Amino acid sequence: MTTAVDPLVAADPTAPVIGRRRAGPLLAVLPPLLVGVAGLLLWEMVVKLGRVAPYVLPAPSAIGEQLWQNRAVVWRTGLASGENALVGLLLGAAVALLAAMVAAWVTFLGEVSIPVAAALNALPIIALAPILNNMFESTSSVPRRLVVAIVVFFPVFVNALRGLREVDPIHRDLMASYAARGWTVTRLVRLPAALPFVFTGLRQASSLAVIAAVVAEYFGGLQNGLGSRITSAAANTAYPRAWAFVVGACVLGLVFYLAALLLERLVMPWRRV
Amino acid sequence: MTAVVLEGVSKVFNAGRAGEVTALTGVDLTVASGEFVSLIGPSGCGKSTLLRLVGDLIQPSAGTVTVAGKPARTARADQEYGIAFQQAGLFDWRTVQRNVELPLELRGASRKERAERAREMLELVGLAEFAGHYPAQLSGGMQQRVAIARALAVHPPLLLMDEPFGALDEMTRERLQDELLRICASTGTSTIFVTHSIPEAVYLSDRVVVMSARPGRITDVVPIDLGERGETTRQSPGFFTGITKVRKALRGDAMPLVSA
Repeated sequence: MTTAVDPLVAADPTAPVIGRRRAGPLLAVLPPLLVGVAGLLLWEMVVKLGRVAPYVLPAPSAIGEQLWQNRAVVWRTGLASGENALVGLLLGAAVALLAAMVAAWVTFLGEVSIPVAAALNALPIIALAPILNNMFESTSSVPRRLVVAIVVFFPVFVNALRGLREVDPIHRDLMASYAARGWTVTRLVRLPAALPFVFTGLRQASSLAVIAAVVAEYFGGLQNGLGSRITSAAANTAYPRAWAFVVGACVLGLVFYLAALLLERLVMPWRRV
Repeated sequence: MTAVVLEGVSKVFNAGRAGEVTALTGVDLTVASGEFVSLIGPSGCGKSTLLRLVGDLIQPSAGTVTVAGKPARTARADQEYGIAFQQAGLFDWRTVQRNVELPLELRGASRKERAERAREMLELVGLAEFAGHYPAQLSGGMQQRVAIARALAVHPPLLLMDEPFGALDEMTRERLQDELLRICASTGTSTIFVTHSIPEAVYLSDRVVVMSARPGRITDVVPIDLGERGETTRQSPGFFTGITKVRKALRGDAMPLVSA
């Protein structure tokens, strides 16, 4: 016999947007903004009054100044890193989704692959960067993108597989009562029911993609992204400038995360009713 | 013409293994065309199992299940029945209308035909104006009505309902019971209805099938004759007589414990 499952709770890796308390847009933005500004002021004061050496922690005003002076380079290198992250993200996510569909289809593979994927995910994949760099020419963007793709693969795969495997027993009975089988059930029930899980994975993956794209550059290869600027500025003891590029990387990560969030809301209109 | 015939049906789960459970044994039941039959009994008496056997969602260990004159499997493939459960089980990602359209879509109905039929069904359950909403925007009672509209969408000759009103409040429940009776009467649908509630079984049914557990079996069949249901039916002596009969049958004794 099947146990009754509350479909709302069962299909809910992320809290549903329904029922979440809604404040005005200003009220929602104001508190974190105030905290952020206060934090920056405190930082500035600690550095200035405490005479903290710039190589320990530069003041936000110094970082801001560097950011402005180097805005063209930050923009250019940010675009390069962003492109690497995006290509890697799309590649990794696509492969992960296909792999998850295959693993969900073949029951045995599904049983085996989750623990294996979890174990592999615990490995420091970024450590592959130097090896991959040596496999390709020094002018190639491929190694960084591959690192991103590999990093992205796991969260998307694990989440998507979980979503594809969990079918509401009532939905299963209903589809049986309609004499629907195989691909019809996958298309009409499994895939849409897995979407919230897939997007949970994609949101994690979007931030990881930027981190991987930036950090992969620390280990050589083509040096046209944010990562190489951070290392070279730090090597030249230009700490405020290094921090300015770190800020650029933060913004890039945020852009990716918000894009994933936006896509999620566009693709799943039923979750923001 | 009979809607459903069960002959010598038994169901054993995990046969030959450690967790062997005899869910049903020696079940014979015939549901006439247009008849409303309720299954009632304690938890574990196999009433849901019986319903699922009729729907060919599980297969009997022994005996035969015939639906609309065909083996249950063929009847399922031909979508001879509509089914509704305690949870509405709507598809979150489809609007109310597209939920109701799904069984039609799987039958290959044209877009226009689907839209027309869905509208007709939603009007029947009083939710026409919610066609464009998503299930999450509806209350539990409204979701259940959508589920019933979906079950009725292909105009099935047989309706299988597994405690469809179990999770609803008393007011909504009574209103939906009346709606269901009206719909079944107007479409001539035969219904097998699983419930825990004695008044619900008596109010809805032409016959109440009383079951008992360990092993699950039919112990009694109580015919109910209340005629046309209306405002006063729930207060009528016949209604209370029916309730008393079913209660006695459930207890398995002929004499009432407390003399009335």
